Amino acid sequence: MVNWTAEEKQLITGLWGKVNVAECGGEALARLLIVYPWTQRFFSNFGNLSSPTAIIGNPKVQAHGKKVLTSFGEAIKNLDSIKKCFAQLSKLHCDKLHVDPENFRLLGDILIIVLAANYGKEFTPACQAAWQKMVRVVAHALAHEYH
Amino acid sequence: MVLSANDKTNVKTAFSKIGGQIDDYGAETLERMFATYPQTKTYFPHFDLGKGSAQVKGHGKKVAAALVEAANHIDDIAGALSKLSDLHAQKLRVDPVNFKLLGQCFLVVVATRNPSVLTPEVHASLDKFLCAVGTVLTAKYR
Repeated sequence: MVNWTAEEKQLITGLWGKVNVAECGGEALARLLIVYPWTQRFFSNFGNLSSPTAIIGNPKVQAHGKKVLTSFGEAIKNLDSIKKCFAQLSKLHCDKLHVDPENFRLLGDILIIVLAANYGKEFTPACQAAWQKMVRVVAHALAHEYH
Repeated sequence: MVLSANDKTNVKTAFSKIGGQIDDYGAETLERMFATYPQTKTYFPHFDLGKGSAQVKGHGKKVAAALVEAANHIDDIAGALSKLSDLHAQKLRVDPVNFKLLGQCFLVVVATRNPSVLTPEVHASLDKFLCAVGTVLTAKYR
């Protein structure tokens, strides 16, 4: 069970309310594939990933980014039961998708930077701390059913 | 991991855009690191880590100066940071995992203060650069 303070919950849900999930998700996934190009290994059927411009403009990347961040939103609605919320997704990522959990940590760090770029001063140190905890918890939950 | 010519240009350009504010960037990087990764505070038991701490500002300035030095000698980061590398190996012995944490916070500061600088390509180059700096600083650990 994760311990969230009232302040952390407020910082997380407060910011989330403003997030454009499609844009933010698309940007986060695109940056993951650009900054850590080895992560492209999971997306060989996505078509053109040959350059940053191609990646950013790739509709499959944008769509998948939206899907991933929408899922994230579920965790935020269930802050007190994230492991349970992601149990099936965790099994999927292990058994079917074969994704090294390190990739969840990488995506989490990228998401933080996208939020920082979009919210500027509002993304205070306390806000960053709450969100880094959030992405860490999500990554941990997604790795939890691995065997 | 190798810094391409593009990476080097991206890094130098980013630092020149940040310009004189780099000291503030250094201080805020540390402030964020201490808030986000409390375990990093264990290296500073002798510091006042409260908000606005002069010691954190001073140390942030030092960290920033080292990054600027590395960017200015980007073709030979190991040479430029050789003394700092010795210091970290012999005296400070900061666990290598922490350099990534500092790097993350530095990128967050750039993102919050200067988002237009942090295009995906520059983000990638800066991330590589910060990794390279961390690698140099821990190169003589064993």
